[in-house]
Amino acid sequence: MELVCPAGGLPALKAAVDNGADAVYIGFGDDTNARHFAGLNFNSARAAEAIAYAHGRGSKVFVAINTYPQTDGWQRWTRAVDTAAELGVDALIVADIGVLGYAAERHPTLPLHLSVQASATNPEALRFYKEQFGIRRAVLPRVLSLAQVRQLCDDAPVDLEVFGFGSLCVMVEGRCQLSSYVTGESPNTCGVCSPAKFVRWQETDGRLESRLNDVLIDRFGPGENAGYPTLCKGRFVVEGHTYHALEEPTSLNTLELLPQLQAMGVKAIKLEGRQRSPAYVARVTKVWRQAIDACKTDPARFQPRPEWHQALASVAEGTQTTLGAYHRPWQ
Amino acid sequence: MRISLGPNLYFWPREQVEAFYARVASMPVDVVYLGETVCSKRRPYGLEEWLDIARALRAAGKEVVLSTLTLIEARSELGVVKRLCQNGEFMVEANDFGAVRLLAERRVPFATGPNINIYNPQALRRLVSLGLRRWVVPVEISRDALRRLLQEAGAQGLLDGVETEVYSYGRLPLAYSARCFTARAHNLPKDNCQLKCRDYPEGLAVRTQEGSDFLTANGIQTQSGLVQNLLPHWRDMQELGVSLMRISPRPQHTDAVVRRLRALLDGAEPNAEFDEPTCDGFWRGAPGMSRLAIGA
Repeated sequence: MELVCPAGGLPALKAAVDNGADAVYIGFGDDTNARHFAGLNFNSARAAEAIAYAHGRGSKVFVAINTYPQTDGWQRWTRAVDTAAELGVDALIVADIGVLGYAAERHPTLPLHLSVQASATNPEALRFYKEQFGIRRAVLPRVLSLAQVRQLCDDAPVDLEVFGFGSLCVMVEGRCQLSSYVTGESPNTCGVCSPAKFVRWQETDGRLESRLNDVLIDRFGPGENAGYPTLCKGRFVVEGHTYHALEEPTSLNTLELLPQLQAMGVKAIKLEGRQRSPAYVARVTKVWRQAIDACKTDPARFQPRPEWHQALASVAEGTQTTLGAYHRPWQ
Repeated sequence: MRISLGPNLYFWPREQVEAFYARVASMPVDVVYLGETVCSKRRPYGLEEWLDIARALRAAGKEVVLSTLTLIEARSELGVVKRLCQNGEFMVEANDFGAVRLLAERRVPFATGPNINIYNPQALRRLVSLGLRRWVVPVEISRDALRRLLQEAGAQGLLDGVETEVYSYGRLPLAYSARCFTARAHNLPKDNCQLKCRDYPEGLAVRTQEGSDFLTANGIQTQSGLVQNLLPHWRDMQELGVSLMRISPRPQHTDAVVRRLRALLDGAEPNAEFDEPTCDGFWRGAPGMSRLAIGA
């Protein structure tokens, strides 16, 4: 199983490579990728440096060009594809069928991975992307149960990559317009979810309120851990009850499922977090490198070590972790 | 401009479904989409029952399209979608690329629903080459972006025999999940959901802690809290070359909304007869929840 790690900048990429990433995925500094955050990502010179660093140490570099261009922005996406190809990246991670078509025609030898943003959850959808664009690998949305991933591994015409750790998207990626409903900007169109420029913190009557474009997402009492107001992770009122109506602020952690994922034939494990610090990338990469190596050596006796869980919990969103949809009762 | 009635997104008892579509037969709509697009556990309606309703509506002069499930996970769900794609009688609206492939393989013309991501002319071109004859615009695309897309697609000759449909009235289908939020509200796991969504014929309101309408839980689907109402924008749509305006069924109001739109298309003056707040932000290039300012 390949370990695929995130990098929002050169220091993070070096941290990933130095700690054992088989591949690092990056994006360019604009809305062509789904982590379009201020101060994050690579221009082509930095990307060239990153690729030289990774290739010099035996790691691959994938470039995510995984948002959905509209008519006026189209050239930005084709330029991103061409730039990545010229830089000699190892694969593109793409969602839009327009961009996939362009990449497949212009750069037929450059491997294409289907982004999680394309939300392919069944073998027929995977076949569509393979037949039309020759994708070699698909990243699965974080909505499938372990049994469903197993079925898909049996039926899929391409290699599969699954999320192992990081922020948990409770919605099917690429089919979620919650963020644009509230702010006008979404992952599909702008590469952002619940963008920071719409966030406002306000203290009222001793309680801290988080708002997104004025919509009250959550209220925190004294001593409560106030998380970022990702809009699906707030507390709302349903039939008189106030609770996390959609999802708690937790992180996905599938460490304990590694032997099963390996036995199913999952090709790669992806760690989420291009927006996170180099220290985060170093820590999670190191843990997952050790875990995958231990699992390869002796899958039958594989047990996540307590210190791995500790290390991951310390950087997890909301400092709790969950198996997410892989664990059927969560659904 | 023609009027379409989208697939019913909610879970209603069988009698209610049958009574509703019996009324639809006499509503002034041109196209009716049928089928379960949200959750495969929502039976009693199987393909045969839908086909019965479809044939009755066709006999009443409606064009009928069958809509597929949006999130296809289990093998059994894919099986249902396959059978629907092979119905051989009615056009199919694909709501997942798996369905697109099945339809393209059979070389039958097809439509795509609002969750098939067509954001640019190149995406449209690919699907037209595979048999696309009608597409529902993803809900977050604005009027101006749609204008540019259609201008460009028209210039490339992609729109011959291809119709554009806009989701014009109803709560917006904003997101899908592995998790059932209706079951969650009752502390039930999805595998034992007891079909709780049957108790909410128009979804379950999710409000902010300040009490404002925010979202609507409809099983695994999350909808907007506000109803989107683009009826006042029908002239814009006509000018852009939109062929169909879609109305999404509600337990009440559907008939009145259809008749209102029909009257507008026939030249009636806009007025503010709807008594609930609605939104139209996406169309104006604003946050989707932005309130509609003009009456219809």
